[in-house]
Amino acid sequence: MPAPEEADPGTDSVRADRTVLDARDISRALTRISHELLERNKGATDLVLLGLHTRGVPLARRIAERITAVEGAPVAVGELDVTMYRDDLRSQPTRRAHKTALPPGGIDKKVVVLVDDVLFSGRTIRAALDALADLGRPSAVRLAVLVDRGHRELPIRADHVGKNLPSALAERVSVRLSEVDGSDEVTIS
Amino acid sequence: MKHLLSIDDLSTDEIHQLFETAADMHDVQSREVKKLPALRGRTVVNMFFEDSTRTRSSFEIAGKWLSADVINVSAKGSSTSKGESLRDTVLTVCAMGVDGLVIRHPASGAAVQVSEWVDAAVVNAGDGMHEHPTQALLDAYTLQRRLGSLEGRHVAIIGDLTHSRVFRSNIQCLTRLGARVTVVAPPTLMPSGVGAWSAAAGFETSYDIDAVLPTADAVMMLRVQRERMSGAYFPSEREYTVGYGLTRNRLALLKPDVPICHPGPMNRGLEIAADAADAAQSVVLEQVSSGLAIRMAVLYHLLAGEEL
Repeated sequence: MPAPEEADPGTDSVRADRTVLDARDISRALTRISHELLERNKGATDLVLLGLHTRGVPLARRIAERITAVEGAPVAVGELDVTMYRDDLRSQPTRRAHKTALPPGGIDKKVVVLVDDVLFSGRTIRAALDALADLGRPSAVRLAVLVDRGHRELPIRADHVGKNLPSALAERVSVRLSEVDGSDEVTIS
Repeated sequence: MKHLLSIDDLSTDEIHQLFETAADMHDVQSREVKKLPALRGRTVVNMFFEDSTRTRSSFEIAGKWLSADVINVSAKGSSTSKGESLRDTVLTVCAMGVDGLVIRHPASGAAVQVSEWVDAAVVNAGDGMHEHPTQALLDAYTLQRRLGSLEGRHVAIIGDLTHSRVFRSNIQCLTRLGARVTVVAPPTLMPSGVGAWSAAAGFETSYDIDAVLPTADAVMMLRVQRERMSGAYFPSEREYTVGYGLTRNRLALLKPDVPICHPGPMNRGLEIAADAADAAQSVVLEQVSSGLAIRMAVLYHLLAGEEL
């Protein structure tokens, strides 16, 4: 299921899919984000990466692998489902909830980095912040996204961005990842 | 899914989907903050026209943990005791803007009838001797967690079958999930017409508990329902225990670690000995926590989505 934020209702663009990030671009972006995270956090201590379902989860794992390779020590990774916290729950057919799995150490007093594929309206991240409040009290929460396409509806911004992608509201940004979709690619159509 | 009145309302896919949601809900139980905002602004009324501790509190906590507003109406202390009809009571409550109605009633078919009167989503929490779908779901969910899968597993359901709605719902649920079911009861407590029914629904019947226990992968004991019995179905409690109780001696007939279920409340020393109820493989309390997860899943699927 694509992240709901990617969907642009009423898309009737006649433009064909245009690849904005290929597999190598995605890899480079994730490597850069990993280094930025380490630099900002001054190492991997107390860092917890939480991937947002669906495509944020493999992205969080990939960033964790890169951090581990640099630091030589594993970094805590978890997955966060925000379905129950969405503000459009009532206006859609019932959505199936996914798993929320925190690393064994939990998130209390940790620096939690939310990882998602596309940052759009900001509503998913708002829901994620609500979910986090129910799960514990991190010392800080940061946001890392592969693509920021703009059009925010809430005062939310990402700390680490793979690519800023100015887009029209009618355009559709699709992120494909090999773990979910078989290949790595970001397209706009 | 608009209502949950019978296991028959659910496709096999929907049962699996409910189990998956229940697994997520189960995780919530271990959290410090056991609350999800999914049903914020929704109102659920538990209408219990029959005594109940676990089912009513389970539905109440399930609704509250999903942030719904939950109120309880019981027959005692409501206008029903002044002679108001079920229809008028239900319509009055629903006129207050209720989204979900959880109903338990001593009359078989009451929940179906109520669902025809109201717009709210109706959950059958036990109607007479007819059905108790959430109990069947929680039993199957508990066993699936213990056994991995129910496909090809042999489940023995033992006890007062005639008066048991739990058994009627469980037969449908377990066979749908691929389990082989054998029901065991004394002839007087075996429902009439069970022969044709068992052939159609694909379960086996037996009067010999000692022959069934050694091959069971799970044992489900049913309560002797004295309150529904109008006559003498067995000579004495002692004789029932000797013939059909899960006694300490019979525990030894079971394969190791075979889960023992009981929907409660248990008549200790009658259909189940304390040794069996408190045995390491007893899943009675696990059924209670599974029940909460299942009821959260059911309320979520009925009430969280698009308004109809």
